[in-house]
Amino acid sequence: MEERVRKVFVDVLSLDPGANAAGLVYNESQGWDSIGHMRLVAGLEQEFDCMLEMEDILDMSSYEKAVEIMGKYA
Amino acid sequence: MPDAPLLEGKVAIVTGATRGIGGAIAETFAAHGATLILNGMDGPALEAAAGEIRERHSASVSAVAGDVSLPSTANDLVRQAFSQDKRLDIFVNNAGVLIDALIGMVTDEAIERTLGVNLKGVLYGIQAAGRLMTRGGGGSIINLTSIVGRFGNAGQLAYASSKAGVIGATLSAAKELAPANIRVNAIAPGFIDTDMVRQLPPEKFEERMASIGMKRIGTPQDVANAALFLASDLSSYVTGQVLGVDGGMLI
Repeated sequence: MEERVRKVFVDVLSLDPGANAAGLVYNESQGWDSIGHMRLVAGLEQEFDCMLEMEDILDMSSYEKAVEIMGKYA
Repeated sequence: MPDAPLLEGKVAIVTGATRGIGGAIAETFAAHGATLILNGMDGPALEAAAGEIRERHSASVSAVAGDVSLPSTANDLVRQAFSQDKRLDIFVNNAGVLIDALIGMVTDEAIERTLGVNLKGVLYGIQAAGRLMTRGGGGSIINLTSIVGRFGNAGQLAYASSKAGVIGATLSAAKELAPANIRVNAIAPGFIDTDMVRQLPPEKFEERMASIGMKRIGTPQDVANAALFLASDLSSYVTGQVLGVDGGMLI
């Protein structure tokens, strides 16, 4: 499950394919601004074939938090 | 109207679709091949309206009842589109209420209700629709405003405010969602023959009729035809517009 989340982050934020996404934080990490955030949400929804709750979108402030949240949808 | 169906394969949500303008829009979209998800406040009446459209047009029509002033309603509608069709092409924010009162007598409840349904409902709709449309590569959002939202009207302080707000929301959303290929437009009807205007006292009704250049009251179908244009690919390069459908009415 975590690998699927990592792949979405790698794709959307244009990281190196093998990059470690741990420690990435919203509004601080390269490319993860508000527009990047909506693209991440779209990517995660596509990958997990779901629609995220608004609270989850607002709560997704770090990579670790994203993994935790996506656990509910996996 | 063109003979070829304009909305074949498209999934459309219409709020306030039980009767009036929303009902005509739903009917017109179904006639043009759209898959429909309809919303209304009154569950049984909505089911009945949906059933009739389904039968008349052999269309796929589902009904999700709810009050659009609650954020959960727009989400429920979009979730229905997601679970059923995995896509959403058209969202019509039509549900509205009209509570007339003179300045000094506009109650807090009337303000809350009017802004809740007419304005907050539209904001919730845009937010929910925008997400699923972005995933699908684009779409068309159509917001019902009013001639009163553009020019104001005595006795309609709250209603005009809510409808002017819809224009601001339309213009902002059009700018923000254009890169996602989502078009956002508003329709501003004039005096249209619905239950809403039949609430007026006879002398007011006559006064309004006299102010219409084309000298006839508009029909819900007149508005639905404009909605069909904005929903279809005929308007593929049109966004951020407020389209008056008022027969040359002056207020």
